[in-house]
Amino acid sequence: MSDVLSRLGKHLAVAAAAFTTISFGGPASAADAAKQYFPLATFRVGAYASSGIPVWAGEIDYFRYINEVEGGINGVKLFWDECETEWEVEKGVECYERVKAGKNGSPVPIFLPHGDPISKALTEKTVADKIPQITIAYGRTESIDGRVFPYSFPVVFSFWSEASSAVNYIAEKVGGKDKLKGVKIATLYHDSPYGKETQVPLALLAKTYGFEDIQIPVPHPGNDQSAQWAKIRQLKPDYVFLRGWGVMTPVAIKTAAKTGFPVDHIIGGIWSGSEEDVRPAGAVGKGYLAVTPFPAGADFEIHKRIKENILNKGLSDLKDPKSFGSVYYNSGLIEAIISVEAIRTAQKKFGVRPITGAEAQWGLEHLKLDEARLKELGADGLVQPLELSIKDHEGGGAGKILQWDGDKWKIVSNGWVKSDRELLLPLIYERAAAYAKEKGIKPRSETEVVN
Amino acid sequence: MSDISLPPLSLVPEAFHVPSRWSQGPVVAWLLVIAAYVLGLVVDDYWFNAILIPFLIMAVAGLGLNLLTGYTGQASLGTGAFMSVGAFATFNLLLRAPQLPLPLSLIIGGLFAAGAGVLFGLPSLRIKGFYLTSSTLAAQFFLPWLFNEYGWFSNYTTSGAISAPRLEFLGIDLSTPAGRYFLTLTSVVALTWLSWNLVTSQVGRNWMAIRDMDTAAAVAGIPIAFNKLASFAVSSFVIGIAGALWAFAYLGTVDSRSFDLNRSFTVLFIIIIGGMGSIAGAFVGSAFVILLPILISRISATFFAGAIDAGQLQNLQKILFGGLIVYFLIREPNGLVALFSKFRRRLSQWPLKA
Repeated sequence: MSDVLSRLGKHLAVAAAAFTTISFGGPASAADAAKQYFPLATFRVGAYASSGIPVWAGEIDYFRYINEVEGGINGVKLFWDECETEWEVEKGVECYERVKAGKNGSPVPIFLPHGDPISKALTEKTVADKIPQITIAYGRTESIDGRVFPYSFPVVFSFWSEASSAVNYIAEKVGGKDKLKGVKIATLYHDSPYGKETQVPLALLAKTYGFEDIQIPVPHPGNDQSAQWAKIRQLKPDYVFLRGWGVMTPVAIKTAAKTGFPVDHIIGGIWSGSEEDVRPAGAVGKGYLAVTPFPAGADFEIHKRIKENILNKGLSDLKDPKSFGSVYYNSGLIEAIISVEAIRTAQKKFGVRPITGAEAQWGLEHLKLDEARLKELGADGLVQPLELSIKDHEGGGAGKILQWDGDKWKIVSNGWVKSDRELLLPLIYERAAAYAKEKGIKPRSETEVVN
Repeated sequence: MSDISLPPLSLVPEAFHVPSRWSQGPVVAWLLVIAAYVLGLVVDDYWFNAILIPFLIMAVAGLGLNLLTGYTGQASLGTGAFMSVGAFATFNLLLRAPQLPLPLSLIIGGLFAAGAGVLFGLPSLRIKGFYLTSSTLAAQFFLPWLFNEYGWFSNYTTSGAISAPRLEFLGIDLSTPAGRYFLTLTSVVALTWLSWNLVTSQVGRNWMAIRDMDTAAAVAGIPIAFNKLASFAVSSFVIGIAGALWAFAYLGTVDSRSFDLNRSFTVLFIIIIGGMGSIAGAFVGSAFVILLPILISRISATFFAGAIDAGQLQNLQKILFGGLIVYFLIREPNGLVALFSKFRRRLSQWPLKA
């Protein structure tokens, strides 16, 4: 019995020692306080790990490039650590709470939740803590309205813009928006809040341009779609807009090929448009299209710089060098570029030093990336021109169309395909106002300086 | 997955005795409650948002499932669905009947969940075990689909997400981390007290009789149908309130995906690991399932970050956590609570050999 007790005592001592170390951390190094902390919420295990791993590689490679080649952001070097979320909301919230106070005296400028449910759960928490969250191509569409959502930044491309860009690409194909009348566009969507998100904008666009909007749900996870594609064969749409998730996308491509629907008339959405989505479909995926804010390719100027300074020197975080220039790798790169540029913008106003969340929010709302600046960054063609404001946390709203050639993606659209934002924004503002009313939030004025 | 329906006999902890109302248990319990309130005055945001609130809410969800599975012996995989009913009902009450005070909205939200529980519990009058599990599984697929399909439930937001309109009671703003913690803690204390009184009363004894052998219980004059449905109702009521708290006191904004099948499994694992048919078991199980991974992750982040490849490190943590589950279930198949009571018994006889 006594050995049981002594064993227990030993366990307790170990646990106590562990707790002490955790709560007090290591010795705070003064060197870190002069650097910019940038926490990364990653998912290296769990169902989506395979798509996440290249994303962090893109981000970390760019951060290393900034540190190694440019000597930091105006001399302020970045340092980061990872926290595993498994794409799960509880773990994501725990990570956010863990890192939000900063590290070793350096504050958190921006948090990238990397997961739609996590970003939703952080909507109010980020406001209370004054830390902006950037959600590229996910998150609440209404949060484009920064008057109501001051700390949520669905930068670049919302789901509404995704739908509109896809329609505009079809318009290009059929010879102009006036030719859309009578065209049948079937949207095959993952039956979830995410999948339904494009119903409202598509209904509005259908009313405006006169195309026929057909909506067909696929229940999660979507590994049998014979019924849906039988319906598509019967309805004979001109194009299918595929808003898939996970296994749903390759199954859709395979089933389309089986039922004889031309694969080059299927346009995948953002989350149906990566190498990982189309490769499992095999040879029949050749010709498949996808609309994306993350153009694939390793020929952009920044890729050359990263290849020379990071990859060739063995500093890359990439596990599989084949992923260099993939959609997910480039998405991480784009996210990192936008975050770094927001910090740089904030530094112009607040001084060259580590930036706090509230200052980074100002930086994001005054972020302007025009063609000239993008050329300097080497991100010309990779990142679309962006201009954010308090009223517009999206700023871009354009996508490129990719086509799968059986081995890799090729960009087939003529530059960026813009969405009809002027048509959609009033509706988005209306919904943001409804949210503000529901929650009792007093929207900021457009000119208000918050700090 | 194969654990979902344990044979009813293995649900009985060894040396099972009917808990009495005046043992030392309640004294300890009330001391813990006081400690929990005091804790709320001293800790920071991280403890509220990342540790205490999710731990308490999952414990109370486990408690709800334990009433049904642990005490009445009815297997269920619909926990996530009943949580979603509580969340969506409370959301609509807060939104559409703003004159109702917050506690009343929570209670009515719980009653909606109870209604759903009774509805999907009806098959339990005819079927048992695995077959009943598949009936509650139907709830798990149907209800979140319903909330996703009809925009009315989420007030037609584009993303189908719901977000608490206001959290205040008697003029006190409960939307701060501390406010949300005290709201959660008070609900948990009330629901635990309710459950404790139920399982130590005639109702609880009826439920346990049905669990142990329903034919014998029927012969003894216990109305089976009424008690099974009552158990579904009370269980779903508790789970529904847990769902509303999960949505509004913990996350703030959720959509129907937050209450998927994985949520049901998590709650089921909580009671299997903590201890079936035990109120403390839900709390111990929740601590194990929710808090232990956080502890492992923090330890590894402190000692091993940078030394081992980040992906490997995460996988090693998973292996360690899985290994611990296997270890504890081999040591004590009746859950951690049984392990604790064994240990206490040995301690009370110490230094004599047990």
